Amino acid sequence: MIELDARRLMCPMPVIKTQDRIKTMAPGEHLRVTCTDPGVMQDIPAWCRINGHTVLTAEEIDHEYSLIIEVGG
Amino acid sequence: MATQRKAVALISGGLDSLLAAKVMLEQGVHVEGINFYTGFCVEGHTHAIRKKDKAKPKRNNALWSAEKLGIKLHIIDIIEEYKDVLINPKHGYGANMNPCLDCKIFMVGKAKEWAEENGFDFIITGEVIGQRPMSQRRETMPVISEESGADDRLLRPLCAQNLPETLPEREGWVNRDELYDFSGRTRKPQMALAQKFGFDDYAQPAGGCCFLTDKAYSVKLTDLWASRGKRDYEIDDIMLLKVGRHIRPKPHFKLIIAREEGENNFLQGYKKQFVTLRTMSHKGPLTLLDGKASDEDLRLASQIVARFSQGRDAEAVDVEVTEKGVSQSYTVTPLKPDEIEPSWRV
Repeated sequence: MIELDARRLMCPMPVIKTQDRIKTMAPGEHLRVTCTDPGVMQDIPAWCRINGHTVLTAEEIDHEYSLIIEVGG
Repeated sequence: MATQRKAVALISGGLDSLLAAKVMLEQGVHVEGINFYTGFCVEGHTHAIRKKDKAKPKRNNALWSAEKLGIKLHIIDIIEEYKDVLINPKHGYGANMNPCLDCKIFMVGKAKEWAEENGFDFIITGEVIGQRPMSQRRETMPVISEESGADDRLLRPLCAQNLPETLPEREGWVNRDELYDFSGRTRKPQMALAQKFGFDDYAQPAGGCCFLTDKAYSVKLTDLWASRGKRDYEIDDIMLLKVGRHIRPKPHFKLIIAREEGENNFLQGYKKQFVTLRTMSHKGPLTLLDGKASDEDLRLASQIVARFSQGRDAEAVDVEVTEKGVSQSYTVTPLKPDEIEPSWRV
């Protein structure tokens, strides 16, 4: 699991960081993104849908948002 | 079999860029979207910061457009490079601090670079002649094409029939007869086309997508530059201009006072970087102090902050001032409404 800390960044920066990190990863690898902007719960899944990646889990814990993404082919 | 041509579409999240991309898809062109993040984009930030907006769905309209179109979207961070566009616009500013023409030239130029790096044939935008007073005029269309370097690889599908033929039209990559001749400020042709394509719930066009077109925001940015004696900014500066009530009682310091809980939470993230003020004897907003303040200044700042607390009518309010983890207390009488001079409000 690769970790990406996008706390304190406001959308769309967490999406951009996710996009740039995934570019360096291989299909099937998993990325966990941790954020504080609630907008990521909508934006990151939308970005994944249009770019062929899968959000495996998305959860909020103590005002932090954590998403696990499987990189698509 | 003819090669499928590839176009990169500038996607802002508004209706025009959505339609322009759709027109190309209808002609069998492979389209991918590109969206540039300058730091001044209205999307996202204020929705996330302000609590009153939390009931509304937080949607990034560029992503929404791409999903509707079924295309990929590449979001590019241009915060650093954009500084030069904003600080030194060759073509000047619009009604506020909006360098719209330079901005469009810059973005089309970046899209051209991206297209070359990724093997795309041409660039499309949702521009319409006469739609915007600064950047979308008949005279500015060739300026954007030339100064961006895109030249005749820049196609505007919504108004192409009003413009000279471009390379994709001449080469038969797209059919000029199936492009459009929209012009002027009316939105009716776009709305009709949206209906034809079955698009609803698209972002409303009024107001633009950039804080720099907003008068109040532009005043705050000008004030920031004047107070620092230089035209420069960091991302945190431009974020903080979107948040709170800004009051500058002295040229050398400004207060940023949260207006509600969402802004209070947002400003918490800046506590280590700024002097903060908080009323202790009464409920009140978190306040950041930007600049240098003497003991006398901190007392005045405390009186202002007390004015915006629930102790506004009390004789005495305790205010805690914290800098780099060290706190001191001031007991002050809140300023009266007429003691906060209108000129202090940025």
